[in-house]
Amino acid sequence: MTTRRDFVRFAGLSLGLGTIYTVAPGLHSTALGREFAGYSRHANGESVQPFTFLQLSDSHVGFNGPPDPLGIAAFERAVEVINAQPAKPDFVLFTGDLTHDSEDKDVHSQRMKQFKEIAGRIKTPKTYLVPGEHDAGLDHGQLFREHFGDTNYSFDHKGVHFIALDNVSRSKPEVGPEQIAWLKKDLSRFPLTAPIVVFTHRPLFDLRPDWEWFTSDGDDVMNLLAPYQHVTVLYGHIHRDDEYAEGHVKHYAARSLIFAFPDSATTSEKKPIAFDKENPFRNLGLRSIDVPADRAELAVRDVELTLREYSGINGIQQLTKSVIG
Amino acid sequence: MFRTVVLAFSLLSTILLQSDQRSSAQVEPGANVVAITAKRFGFTPDHIVLKRGEPVTLRLTSQDVTHGFFVRPLKVDEVIEPGKTVDVKVDPQTAGTFTVICHHFCGAGHGNMKMTITVE
Repeated sequence: MTTRRDFVRFAGLSLGLGTIYTVAPGLHSTALGREFAGYSRHANGESVQPFTFLQLSDSHVGFNGPPDPLGIAAFERAVEVINAQPAKPDFVLFTGDLTHDSEDKDVHSQRMKQFKEIAGRIKTPKTYLVPGEHDAGLDHGQLFREHFGDTNYSFDHKGVHFIALDNVSRSKPEVGPEQIAWLKKDLSRFPLTAPIVVFTHRPLFDLRPDWEWFTSDGDDVMNLLAPYQHVTVLYGHIHRDDEYAEGHVKHYAARSLIFAFPDSATTSEKKPIAFDKENPFRNLGLRSIDVPADRAELAVRDVELTLREYSGINGIQQLTKSVIG
Repeated sequence: MFRTVVLAFSLLSTILLQSDQRSSAQVEPGANVVAITAKRFGFTPDHIVLKRGEPVTLRLTSQDVTHGFFVRPLKVDEVIEPGKTVDVKVDPQTAGTFTVICHHFCGAGHGNMKMTITVE
């Protein structure tokens, strides 16, 4: 049983954009690496091979208006930045709110097609998605499934088990008993030493319930995960980077690609951070995650988008002209 | 602007009770009742005042789509479907002002659909 007393919250590390990620260090590069690889192979049946993947979140394709007048510009900038890197990520995870909701099914469908087109430009072998409430909250995920497939599933990659959890399609912030039963069965195949990454949209803990930053049955999920020794949860929804540890589990929120929210620990009102014309991508960005073979813990880096070649008022004018016409 | 409703004591008329529309327990005679209506993207009234230690029934209805009514400090977690009435008993024991949110996604303005309950 997890408790909510045993936790640490710590500030995220923000990196500027140069090289946003490197390929994770080699498996047998150190004695510790060789030792861990041998242990991992023995305990889990498969060694962890080093790799790097990215997390993008909350692109809200179709959203235009205050506080961010730039629409898809940050999303497209992120794609451009990723493709300019010397190393390709093994895959990209999107943690929900890919699109902004519309009650017109055709409009929402068009937004999903536009998301797919932009995400399809990323030079990576594979993308994995979970929905956010703006994708799936109005129709219980029907349109999302038509465009992207299942809203919860799992897969294995180079010795790490990945689990996609849907905590939006029931319209309320919850996973639901059916999916929790599925999760229990899915986890039962793995030893407690297996490295596990869960990705979902909303936080699985009570980050700020009165801002709807929680999952009502998140405790049930975390109780299933608690015995596992190497668990990382990646999520979106809160439009800011955040890190939180509880027991063996570390939770990381990614920045959004549309607008940012303030720190809920120091702000009473849920209100987006005002758009900064001088730095239009301030507080927006993505996450890079290395899975090193020589230690069980993932190396997670928060990356803030910048305009790079643009700056100041000239930058926003150039951007407005060249990116969004 | 907050429209404040100060809780009025009233006997509950059995005429108001339509058990087939209730999703929660029957309201006891003599209970205090406050009606709250949900409509995209707000609640009416958007602020109520309760007395600490005095149980009350919140009578929840929706005028359009399904909404949520969630306030963890008061242990309230309800879904309000249009055409139905939800009665939820609250026994406030702690003074303070608490934010109620709609936690059933209801459209573009969902994220700002909220009201407050002050317990004094």
